[in-house]
Amino acid sequence: MNGGPETVEQPLPEPLVQRPGRLASVLLAGASIMDPVTGLDGTYDLMVEEGRITEIADAGSLTASGDAETVDGNGKFVFPAFFDPHVHLRTPGQEYKEDLETGTRAAAAGGYAGLLAMANTSPPVSSPADIDALRHRARNEASVPVGFLATVTRGMEGRELTDMAELREAGAVGFTDDGVPVTNPGILRKALQYQAMCGGRIALHEEDPDLSAGGAMHEGEISLELGLRGVPSITESVMIARDAAIAGYEGGAIQIQHLSAVESIEAVRRARADGVDITCEVTPHHLCLTDEAVRDLNASKHKMNPPLRSEEDRQALIEALLDGTIDCIATDHAPHAVEEKEVPYEAAMMGVTGLETAFSSLYTELVLPGTIPLSLLVEKLGCGGAPFGIDPFRIAVGQAANICLVDLEAEWTVGEQGYESRSSNSWCDGRRLTGKVLMTLAGGQVAYRLRSFSLGVA
Amino acid sequence: MKHLLSIEDLDRDGIETILERAASFAEVSRREIKKVPTLRGQTVVTLFYESSTRTSSSFELAAKRLSADVVSVKAGGSSVDKGESLKDTVETLSAYGPSAIVLRHPHAGSADMLTDWVDAAVINAGDGMHQHPSQTLLDLFTLRNSIGSLEGRSIWIIGDVLHSRVARSNIQGFQKMGASVTVAGPPTLIPRGIESTGCEVRYSLDGLESADVVYLLRLQNERMGENFVPSIREYARLFQVNGRRLGPRQLVMHPGPVNRGIEISSDVIDSDRSLIAEQVASGLVVRMAILYELLTGPESVRIDSAPEDPVQIGEPA
Repeated sequence: MNGGPETVEQPLPEPLVQRPGRLASVLLAGASIMDPVTGLDGTYDLMVEEGRITEIADAGSLTASGDAETVDGNGKFVFPAFFDPHVHLRTPGQEYKEDLETGTRAAAAGGYAGLLAMANTSPPVSSPADIDALRHRARNEASVPVGFLATVTRGMEGRELTDMAELREAGAVGFTDDGVPVTNPGILRKALQYQAMCGGRIALHEEDPDLSAGGAMHEGEISLELGLRGVPSITESVMIARDAAIAGYEGGAIQIQHLSAVESIEAVRRARADGVDITCEVTPHHLCLTDEAVRDLNASKHKMNPPLRSEEDRQALIEALLDGTIDCIATDHAPHAVEEKEVPYEAAMMGVTGLETAFSSLYTELVLPGTIPLSLLVEKLGCGGAPFGIDPFRIAVGQAANICLVDLEAEWTVGEQGYESRSSNSWCDGRRLTGKVLMTLAGGQVAYRLRSFSLGVA
Repeated sequence: MKHLLSIEDLDRDGIETILERAASFAEVSRREIKKVPTLRGQTVVTLFYESSTRTSSSFELAAKRLSADVVSVKAGGSSVDKGESLKDTVETLSAYGPSAIVLRHPHAGSADMLTDWVDAAVINAGDGMHQHPSQTLLDLFTLRNSIGSLEGRSIWIIGDVLHSRVARSNIQGFQKMGASVTVAGPPTLIPRGIESTGCEVRYSLDGLESADVVYLLRLQNERMGENFVPSIREYARLFQVNGRRLGPRQLVMHPGPVNRGIEISSDVIDSDRSLIAEQVASGLVVRMAILYELLTGPESVRIDSAPEDPVQIGEPA
């Protein structure tokens, strides 16, 4: 849009890094395969050899060779593995909540084969050395490929830009001050100008701190009744409108994180109609819960930012997912320790975990009742990397194996068998869900298999 | 009823029962020996995370008048200052085997949380901006003694409704007893959507003459810094209840502490239209009644039993 000088294309590092491991050789026999990207939809045998998909053929036509194991997929579903563009892995500095090993294990259990980690760690990820260190740790600890975002402003203090170009060279997939907004519009403008040179979409936590004013839940009848300070919906939409205007003016690319309210959806639609390069995400909890849930004052399950909003907002989010306004589903997986949550609601930290339950919760709450089709859920859980230049995983010959095997009939109670995450602040804790991930192949490796799931026919 | 967390825990009969009980304790309070042995051997803990004069002292004295042992913990000067969590503090105090814990806390829902952690009856003595049920009960007791039934009466609640737990409790309590409630104040201090609770909303004192009771809320000084009101002076001009604005039969209440000359003028406080002193006196006997109802009966408000005959309690405990 700017028509500026050509920038010299530096080859950037691979965006995602994973712990090296044994590449899987496995025959998924007779499973229903559904890939919304390629359109593949039917019952097939799928052969993975040395971590790559080598053959897709009629059910019953393939046999495992050599060391390959055979998994009976009869009655089960195979999807392209999911991609979550918004997780908090709490590393470095808050490993008591989560680390790369536990966080990626939780992701694998949820069917994910790709993650983007937010930068609001302790200290925040603001220097190329921070990115280097994290990528090094991921090579040792991450069972699922992880990419890292860097902060927009140094230390997330909102005052000075980070060394964006060097951060990109070090491997930063994008930029975000998530956890807090970029309150200074001049800083955001300069970051978007810099983006024209170095790339990297800027992901924005949209909230006007003066309008939120220390609120603990959605402002509405329930906050009034519970005596909790309210966070009005407009705190989000006014910032989206502001930042979309800046992005439009600079020709920049922005991702709106965790959309929560009907006014926000309208702001995104208007910006998109104006030609702004704007993408957005929604969380499973905002699609499934409303502020009614806050009545139990259970901060571990029901306190997060943005807060759970009204039923009208929830319906609008579902509608926006259906009509394509919302690009992808992101969990905003935000682990916290028990002692940070087992305090009065207003004093509790904000955030809930979601990686292990994203698919099952949405399948149970939205697909089973017929609100959204299964293929749309699989698509929206899979395409979260696209705003950051990472294509969705595909089930096709020659592709690396990034797939999940799912039993759509299995019922389970969340938390009954504990969690893979180090933290237990799941918004689904105690919920009975239908649909369970049995096995996840990530980057060609077996990243997860359900303990009680007996693999193979032998 | 095992706990008193919210005025919503009580229906009209439950409220009447406590007010009846309070009336009989008021009679005890007029005797020479004001103490009854009802809770002898039981322990009542009061745990206050916010400063309080009226509520803490009256709960303490109420428990003592019922012969309970009382442990009073205030946040300042306790382990709370050293960063001990609410849960750990409460579990420590639970080791004394209290029958009741009276909690005042700056965060909404704190008293509800306690019920998961302790066996004792939990009494909410004010939680954040949420509820203050014992205040509502003492206000209802005060009104019952001064004007009788609230059926069909008009009560105006004036001032900082937004930040007030007393307002939230009292709107519900007054309505349960048949009164109609109007809230008045600047729009910045009236919560959005409060009409849904069945109150009328006014942004001025026009029409105040229709009120039987005028209930004033304290204007907290820090609200001015947060721009909820542009100036105390302007607020006082618009919303102060003074002799000029009050008719001769209208009664005035205030939960305290009062800002003389801001939400209420001195002449009104000191006039016979003010029930403020009666409210404080009611606080003691109503809190005795609350402790009695929670600690002596099965887990429900008993309607039939009277307190022990004061004649039988000759010896001071």
